Amino acid sequence: MLAVSQITLERHFQPVFEPLDFHLDRGAVLLITGANGCGKTTLIRLLAGILTPTSGTLLSSAQGTAYVGHSLAIKDDLSVAENVRFVRDFHDTRRHSVDEVIFRAGLHRVAHQPARTLSAGQRKRCALVRLLLIPAELWLLDEPYSSLDDEGIELVDGLLAEHVQLGGSCVLASHGRHRPGIKDRTEIELISGAHRL
Amino acid sequence: MNPPVHNTRVSRAFFALLRRDLLLAFRRRTELLLPVMFLLVVVSLFPLGIGPEPALLGRIAPGVLWIAALLATVISLESLFRSDFEDGTLEQYVISGHPLTVIVLAKILAHWLVAGLPLVLMSPLLAIWMNLPRPSMGVMVASLALATPILSFIGAIGAGLTVSLRRGGQLLSLLVFPLYVPVLIVATGGIMAAADGLPYGAFLGLLTAGLIASLTLAPFAAAAALKISLS
Repeated sequence: MLAVSQITLERHFQPVFEPLDFHLDRGAVLLITGANGCGKTTLIRLLAGILTPTSGTLLSSAQGTAYVGHSLAIKDDLSVAENVRFVRDFHDTRRHSVDEVIFRAGLHRVAHQPARTLSAGQRKRCALVRLLLIPAELWLLDEPYSSLDDEGIELVDGLLAEHVQLGGSCVLASHGRHRPGIKDRTEIELISGAHRL
Repeated sequence: MNPPVHNTRVSRAFFALLRRDLLLAFRRRTELLLPVMFLLVVVSLFPLGIGPEPALLGRIAPGVLWIAALLATVISLESLFRSDFEDGTLEQYVISGHPLTVIVLAKILAHWLVAGLPLVLMSPLLAIWMNLPRPSMGVMVASLALATPILSFIGAIGAGLTVSLRRGGQLLSLLVFPLYVPVLIVATGGIMAAADGLPYGAFLGLLTAGLIASLTLAPFAAAAALKISLS
């Protein structure tokens, strides 16, 4: 699904991390761990195609990519339902109805409130809804567990398990202790300037 | 990286985005009214500052109306991509696999409907206010209708380039005003020609050519500018 060789990105002529090689098969999950500032977010953004690598190659055969990062892409002036409906219309998918995904994310009580009234955890859930709506084989999740309660963490793990079962893959960056319960899981620990497999 | 997207899917995304941007504009009503109020205030200051002499006001009316329209457009430009950039929506556009050019086109169209069209609709009232000669009224409205989209298109390039800067708005105005000069010259030239009873078709023709050129070129440039701002 994803083949990365000798990829690196330089900022101010300093590599954020040492050249990195890995590949990701269908149904596999790659967990990127490491301390703050070691380049997890940068790596995810490289894989998403938002940043261009300074050197190295990145090959992807994924049919569609879904990305949930630190910026959640939620419009504060729209309600939860309107935000979700936009994601669905923009990607033109009919996989799930708006009400269905809002219920799944546990946001049905606040569905018609403006997004600015949501708590940090609810905002995160609202952004994670994207994973249900966008038909993507590759998921790029940057700290998906942050600001979520136990039920929210279960939601992410549940979504991930379903996704992997259907042959999708996922690159997940996390500095926390929680690990998704997926069998086919590799870990890369990024250390600022270097990495350990 | 992403699969080729079918045309109908792209047009659905275009209309979904247009609809959402218009909905957002109506939720943020102060932003919606700002350009129109600005135009109103700037134009109404001139008779107060220069004196209510009808002949003089009529003479300067084309320039005043057009400069006020330029200023009103520029103050609304900064917000064109700002919120999408700040809340991460722009990243989602890039990853979506939809061509960024089409997305930018939808954003510019929404911007014009919200910030440009009200100026066009408001202009006859202001023209009467400024004692613009009656024969040139139609040409003035036509010039605004043809050229305010040009302002949005050119402005989008500047907005894309400056979106990642903290004080981007000030730089944005420095960037785009020189590019607006030809539009200003042609548009006011046309209105003055009509006031003097001279043929004005060529002026409107030039504005139409400018509109077509900016419609076909600016979305590509603005999309490239946004890509630069993201990295």
